[in-house]
Amino acid sequence: MSSDTGSIGILDQDYPSTLESVDIVEADILKAAVDAGFGEDEQQGIGMAVRECMVNAVVHGNRYNRNKHVHVNVRKSAGDFEVRIRDEGEGFDRSQVPDPLDDSNVLRHSGRGLFLMGAFMDDVKVEKASPRGTEVTLSKKLAS
Amino acid sequence: MSAKLNTREVGDVTVVDVSGRITLGEGSSALRDVLRELVASGKKKVLLNLSDVTYIDSSGIGELVSGFTTVANAGGTLKLYGLTKRVKDLLQITKLYTVFDVHEEEAHAVRSFA
Repeated sequence: MSSDTGSIGILDQDYPSTLESVDIVEADILKAAVDAGFGEDEQQGIGMAVRECMVNAVVHGNRYNRNKHVHVNVRKSAGDFEVRIRDEGEGFDRSQVPDPLDDSNVLRHSGRGLFLMGAFMDDVKVEKASPRGTEVTLSKKLAS
Repeated sequence: MSAKLNTREVGDVTVVDVSGRITLGEGSSALRDVLRELVASGKKKVLLNLSDVTYIDSSGIGELVSGFTTVANAGGTLKLYGLTKRVKDLLQITKLYTVFDVHEEEAHAVRSFA
């Protein structure tokens, strides 16, 4: 569906809070990334960023609660490929997320998801969703 | 395909051949279980063969780190070999590549335990 901003809707759907949803969304968005013309390395990066974001939404946001859903919206414009993933959790303060590259955190078991999203996407926005939850926007520029 | 793990002995080194995806869920828990069993059975020299790992996410990276510290805390050493470009890149951007002792080939990695 085309909008008045010139972007094209690719996916707009709710998913249950399960690890199966993580796999499904990763596969669907990978296919969309291929169709959008991204190269293999970029596809892998987008897939990983989406996977990490979905895991955060399912595990940390919705805490596997099957009564809560993860909303996924994917749009493509002339210059950008944009993925929005919104959970229904309690939200979190991005400034309180420890830096996984700090020497004191390098050997931590977890805490690398948000960092990896930023490593593979051009922009990562974390916003409080209304009425509750967190919405993460992952953006990747398309080659002109 | 989720992860498959096979354990074999090369001299006094225990080699764990890992294949498939090491991701949150079955893949990462299978790796965790195998490494814990090896430590519990007194294995001190553990070598992970990652040459057939097709995908690893942050959970899988976390299990590699946990395995490294679990083996080290038991007085042993965990090393890696056969990293694909993808896994190598991930370990580099997370600053873990220099934490692990990484080798290109099995024979070289096994000898390094001596």
